[in-house]
Amino acid sequence: MQRTLVLWLPDWPVTAAVREGLAPAGAALAVISANRVIACSAAARAEGVRAGQRRREAQSLCPALQIVPFDEGRDHRLFAPLIDIVEGLVAGVQVVRPGLIALAARGPARYYGGEKAAALALRGALAPEADDVRIGIADGPFAAELAARTAATTAAEQGLRIVPAAASGPFLAPFSVSTLGDPGLATLLGRLGVRTLGDFAALPAAAVRERFGAAGAHRHALAGAADATPIVPRTPPPDLERVLELEPPLDRVDQVAFAVRQLADELVEALTARLLVATAIRIVVRDEHGIESDRAWLHPRSFRASEIVDRVRWQLSGETRTMGARSDADRGPGLRAAVTRVRIAPESVDDLAHHEPGLWGGPPDERVHHALSRVQSMLGHEAVLTPRRTGGRTLADRALLVPWGDRAAGTRPLERPWPGALPQPAPSTVFPTRHPVSVVDGEGAAIGIDERMRLSAAPAAFAPGAGGAARPIRSWAGPWPLDEQWWSIRRRRLHRLQVVDAAGVAWLLVLEGGSWWAEARYD
Amino acid sequence: MFDHGEVPALALSPVVDPAVDSRSARIEALETVHELQARIDALQRTRLDTRLMPTHEAIADLLPGGGLREGAVYALSPSSALVMALLVGPSQAGSWCAVIGMPEFGVEAAEGMGIDLDRLVLVPHPGDAWLTVAAAIADAVGVVVVRPGRAASDAAVAKLAGRLRERGATLLVLGPWPQAEAMISVTESRWAGLGEGHGLLSEREVTLTVTTKQGGRPRSGRLLLPDAELGIRRLDRGAAADRARDRWQGVETATVRRVG
Repeated sequence: MQRTLVLWLPDWPVTAAVREGLAPAGAALAVISANRVIACSAAARAEGVRAGQRRREAQSLCPALQIVPFDEGRDHRLFAPLIDIVEGLVAGVQVVRPGLIALAARGPARYYGGEKAAALALRGALAPEADDVRIGIADGPFAAELAARTAATTAAEQGLRIVPAAASGPFLAPFSVSTLGDPGLATLLGRLGVRTLGDFAALPAAAVRERFGAAGAHRHALAGAADATPIVPRTPPPDLERVLELEPPLDRVDQVAFAVRQLADELVEALTARLLVATAIRIVVRDEHGIESDRAWLHPRSFRASEIVDRVRWQLSGETRTMGARSDADRGPGLRAAVTRVRIAPESVDDLAHHEPGLWGGPPDERVHHALSRVQSMLGHEAVLTPRRTGGRTLADRALLVPWGDRAAGTRPLERPWPGALPQPAPSTVFPTRHPVSVVDGEGAAIGIDERMRLSAAPAAFAPGAGGAARPIRSWAGPWPLDEQWWSIRRRRLHRLQVVDAAGVAWLLVLEGGSWWAEARYD
Repeated sequence: MFDHGEVPALALSPVVDPAVDSRSARIEALETVHELQARIDALQRTRLDTRLMPTHEAIADLLPGGGLREGAVYALSPSSALVMALLVGPSQAGSWCAVIGMPEFGVEAAEGMGIDLDRLVLVPHPGDAWLTVAAAIADAVGVVVVRPGRAASDAAVAKLAGRLRERGATLLVLGPWPQAEAMISVTESRWAGLGEGHGLLSEREVTLTVTTKQGGRPRSGRLLLPDAELGIRRLDRGAAADRARDRWQGVETATVRRVG
């Protein structure tokens, strides 16, 4: 029987939610999953809230209850630093779930000179991170967990309960069969008159196996403190993150890019050694004022070292140089603040085998990617764009330009009807910034629109607002009103007009906010 | 050897009334000479591998050689719809297309006309590096459209031409270009569908005029660009088909005679 130490942090989902800033500490708080309470804070428990209650029930017991949805990722993420602390002291840690750790007690007990000393050492190390830590030591994980859960927080015991070796059977005997975590079995045993673990353990093992099968036999062994469940130590995940501290801080993009070069090489080598490639990376750059710029970069295939360096360079250059050609000044533009730290972490990795080029070179798209990446490293990440169609009413809404390699984010669904959008054919030239124009009638008077959405006169000509020859209008249609999002601050009201000029070219004119604009041309 | 070849050339031109003065007859003769010269050029091609890009059939026969040539440069008049019409064929056949220096390129219209957006790349603001960008992209992309920024040196232009030939990419330039295979321009445009305050733009009739670098009479054709179904349709198809058949027969006869 393996002596096991179980370390339990009560109500970890609640602690995690508080640490994430979702609720103030000490508030009545419940973490809910599938409409059931998973965990609740001490304040909520004092009002009668219990795990397993329905949300309504909990809210009726405690009207001030704050509800936080359950997020396993958050629990794991915030628990990871605690695991690191424990692993710093002892080896072979099994994380049963966030908030519950099991480890073999023999090693630490020998090292620290006794089980109690080991438990106190662990709690002492965790003290800065967690104030309520319960520790149970018993034969086997099941008994140890029960010991931890029943450890009193009195001054004498300090949340520590040690069941002496070979005394776990009598320790377990008074507990209810429901602690086995099998409600079906617990109900059945209750009907059979078997109410405690001691009663259950007293049944002959062969008879239990015959009646309840292998699962029942396993539970029977647990109840009899014959728990042979081994502790499966977790394998610490490979540390692929690379951090570069810059001392003295560097204040030029090319210097930082040069310094990062080796880091990128190391990262790619470390990945390759594990037969992995990175398809997304996260770059965090901290400057000397402590301000961090954090961005995830995607790659349509996989990152090579030089491409990681490019991403660092683009991130540092920011929006200042994303459009337009690289100038000579780019050799050393001053950053706003000197960079002290660069962190590169792979965000998603893939098997190297999926990214091996074929024996006779890659597919043609690979060549396209290389050429476009080269242009990107010349002009900046946002200079090479791939178009996507999105739904919308205005021309600007109906197309989305995504930088090469990025994923389109926040696309409006295309298949909706979008009433108010212009019918086909779409204009072949859509001005990126619309041009101001003046639209006049036959007498040269400016044309407006009345409250019944009629033009004040038939348009006869339009001219660029900056001054230029007026173009006579041969035929026209409209105005078609569009009143979008009238409920919000992003409300847009405009009227559109299609006109054909003397040269046979059609234009889309827009009246918005009292002035006319040429928005697109059908050339 | 030209006596047989002359027949289709004469058939191309309007019937000449002997009463017309000698001046117009001379012009006719000059055109005939140009036609023949073009045919000789076509037969005695310096390069062996002038493969054609798949080109939309409504435009293909207007172009010298019957389509967009790989490795060639075409100068276009500034019309986005014309650019799209030329991209449709290669894009639908699986080529990648790149549009450089045209921030106003209408994506929705391009998709409506049949260009595959998954294989379309835009570099809206190449700045002064437009020639370098065009050369880099021509390495991997089948059709490159570019609106030139600052004027480029002859050497850089020649270098780009060399790379295009080597890679088999086609370059469409908005504006004049030295050594362009042909100049394609929209010479007339008429939109239908709009009235005086009513209607909706529906289709447009354009006249495309193609001038080749060999000179000669410009070839022109009337198209619907776009037609009511957002496609491209040739209006003077009957006449064009006749002409193409005549020319084909002429080439055949000439070839036979050369071999014999």
